[in-house]
Amino acid sequence: MEAYLDNSATTRCMECVTEQMVRILREDYGNPSSLHKKGMDAEHYIKEAKAFFAENLKVSEKEICFTSGGTESNNLALIGTALANQRAGKHLITTAIEHPSVINAMKHLEDRGFSVTYLPVDRDGIVSLAALEEAVCGETILVSMMYVNNEIGSVQPVEEAARIIKKKNAKTLFHVDAIQAYGKYRILPKRMGIDLLSVSGHKLHGPKGTGLLYVNEKVKIRPILFGGDQQKGLRSGTENVPGIAGMAEAAKVCCSGLSEKVDRLYVLKEHFTEGIRKLEGVFMNGRTGRDSAPHIVSVSFEGIRSEVLLHALEEKGIYVSAGSACSSNKPAVSRTLQAIGVKKELLGSTLRFSFSFETTKEEIDYCLEALAELLPVLRRYVRR
Amino acid sequence: MFQAFLIKYGEIGVKGKNRYVFEDALVARMKRVLAPVDGTFKITKEQGRIYVEAEGPFDYEETVAALQRVFGIVGICPVVLAEDQGFEALSRDVMDYMHRMYERAEKTFKVHTRRANKNYPMTSPEVNEEIGGRILEEFPNLTVDVHDPEIMLHIELRSGHVNIYSEVLPGPGGMPLGTNGRSMLLLSGGIDSPVAGYMVARRGVCVDAVYFHAPPYTSERAKEKVVDLAKKIARYTGPIRLHVINFTDIQMYIYDRCPHDELTIIMRRYMMRIAQKIAEDTGCLALITGESIGQVASQTVPSLAATNDVCTLPVFRPLIAFDKEDIVTIAKKIDTYETSILPYEDCCTTFVAKHPVTKPQVDRIRRSELLLSEKIEEMVEEALSAREVLEIS
Repeated sequence: MEAYLDNSATTRCMECVTEQMVRILREDYGNPSSLHKKGMDAEHYIKEAKAFFAENLKVSEKEICFTSGGTESNNLALIGTALANQRAGKHLITTAIEHPSVINAMKHLEDRGFSVTYLPVDRDGIVSLAALEEAVCGETILVSMMYVNNEIGSVQPVEEAARIIKKKNAKTLFHVDAIQAYGKYRILPKRMGIDLLSVSGHKLHGPKGTGLLYVNEKVKIRPILFGGDQQKGLRSGTENVPGIAGMAEAAKVCCSGLSEKVDRLYVLKEHFTEGIRKLEGVFMNGRTGRDSAPHIVSVSFEGIRSEVLLHALEEKGIYVSAGSACSSNKPAVSRTLQAIGVKKELLGSTLRFSFSFETTKEEIDYCLEALAELLPVLRRYVRR
Repeated sequence: MFQAFLIKYGEIGVKGKNRYVFEDALVARMKRVLAPVDGTFKITKEQGRIYVEAEGPFDYEETVAALQRVFGIVGICPVVLAEDQGFEALSRDVMDYMHRMYERAEKTFKVHTRRANKNYPMTSPEVNEEIGGRILEEFPNLTVDVHDPEIMLHIELRSGHVNIYSEVLPGPGGMPLGTNGRSMLLLSGGIDSPVAGYMVARRGVCVDAVYFHAPPYTSERAKEKVVDLAKKIARYTGPIRLHVINFTDIQMYIYDRCPHDELTIIMRRYMMRIAQKIAEDTGCLALITGESIGQVASQTVPSLAATNDVCTLPVFRPLIAFDKEDIVTIAKKIDTYETSILPYEDCCTTFVAKHPVTKPQVDRIRRSELLLSEKIEEMVEEALSAREVLEIS
């Protein structure tokens, strides 16, 4: 049996998506900028995709910009707005548990004269709104906050955050990295006070190399890529027509009957966490109930190195992520796990299990059985 | 501008009657490394030298890089081939060459002419003198030094054409591959063992390798890293047969039965035993390891002695007295360093005791191994027969 429980890393592309993409690559392969019919045919797919996302997010079509994925969306949001608004101030705010595509873009901006405040989180990985309120000042041009944390599945109070930000400085922009949240949560940026929103295609059973950034039309933003001025100059480069169409198709499937699908995911998650609680020397990081993301569980296993357990599970056809990759010559400790105060000896013993709409109860049971079998064996052979 | 290379080889030149064996091996290896290079090449042996001549256009950089990986080559001289159209034409060709190579150089030089074509109208000293004089006139920054010149300008007068060269690009040295049998390299994912394999291969030894895989404690990626390293070494050593041994069960068995501080030594003794068995089965005459005195607990002199205790084949340890920095320098030169430092576990570090023995006593280790006698022979046989064999080139 195989159990792919690494859906926060990436998901399997849906068949209806790949079929459509192959057709576009083979038949409607035109460049959307071309003046002839082939170009127009290709452009239609982009228009349709835009229309879908505009409708789905309740925003206007011209506020959707397609990108090469989550990393580009986050980079464009941060660097593009920081550069365009630096006259209004050079202060940025984010949290201590963001994805590297936010943290490292922030570092890049710090090197260029911006100052960045990193908000702390509590032991559940929830950002402190009091700290946010304190941090926002007249100089603050942008706050960037992830909706769902990719490592522990904590959910940030983005609506409240938006209110606090706007109350303190109406001009401060609010960016939300919704890469792990879109397709699990109904997100309405305008109603929630979100000015920029990042989405990635391959977390939704869509193709890799696809993503989008919602940019409120009032937001001042500069491009970070330069070229043929496609997408009104905000994102030059021939549009990835099959990818855009594929991502829209995947999003359509994910968002139809969303609440039932999410319900089912929570039931699976509850089943999994119940099973985990029965194991010895095992700790779950962050919240695990319906106030956490429906598809992510972070588990620390006392006395076992995460890589070893990961590979032992792999031998049984179970695929997961190491919360923190720890190896003899290059320890890469997770910032998120450190930020929520995971004990030092558990940092290198943490795995992330992440589900999707395709995950079955059988897979979860198979994984729980495998864990019950492996833990005692692996604990016997440790460094002494 | 270059159309040929004169290959200089060192030690082979002093061989006796079997010298042709070494030269043939060198030519064979050169043909092999040049096969994938853009261009058609003719390789000829004459009068104790080897010429590589490009027939038509070829990729100069790639050709030099390929030849620089052929063991036995000490120097590579890029040669300008000119048709023999009399002395004035030769003089023009030489001036042209000097302009391209040494336009603004402030150096000393000497002209060295070799007259293979004995019908050439001038003698070698006459050519030396005349060309030398013209160079002095045309290049005010160059001066003559006949004893220790910085530029040794070679002019070879041959029948029908003339060779002009002065530059000697370094080769890797050593002896041609295949002139010294085959040995078994214990290849881990680290920095040292690929360098050790390279160094022994440089003495003309063909190399096969064995890797000890310990899933789930070492990952598939760690194995892939070893395959990548083998590919990098194979650029120098030619095809490598890589034997992958699943070592997990043996490791666990030792862990269960033996004193923990002796685990690494006992493990290494079994690695040696297994490598030796494969070597014997496949016609390898020696083992090669990347061990270096004192680098880690298992490489102190007592530890090396305790490990060596199980070996009946000679064990070559070319890095034994090298400092780490020197090993790193070679690893960078042969382009294995970047791969070696990728962060994947190797099976030696997984269970290493916090305080392993550094002065093991052979008798005690032997006694500890008696604790394994129940099953170990069988397990070794099993590991040997279940080994995966990969052909790397």
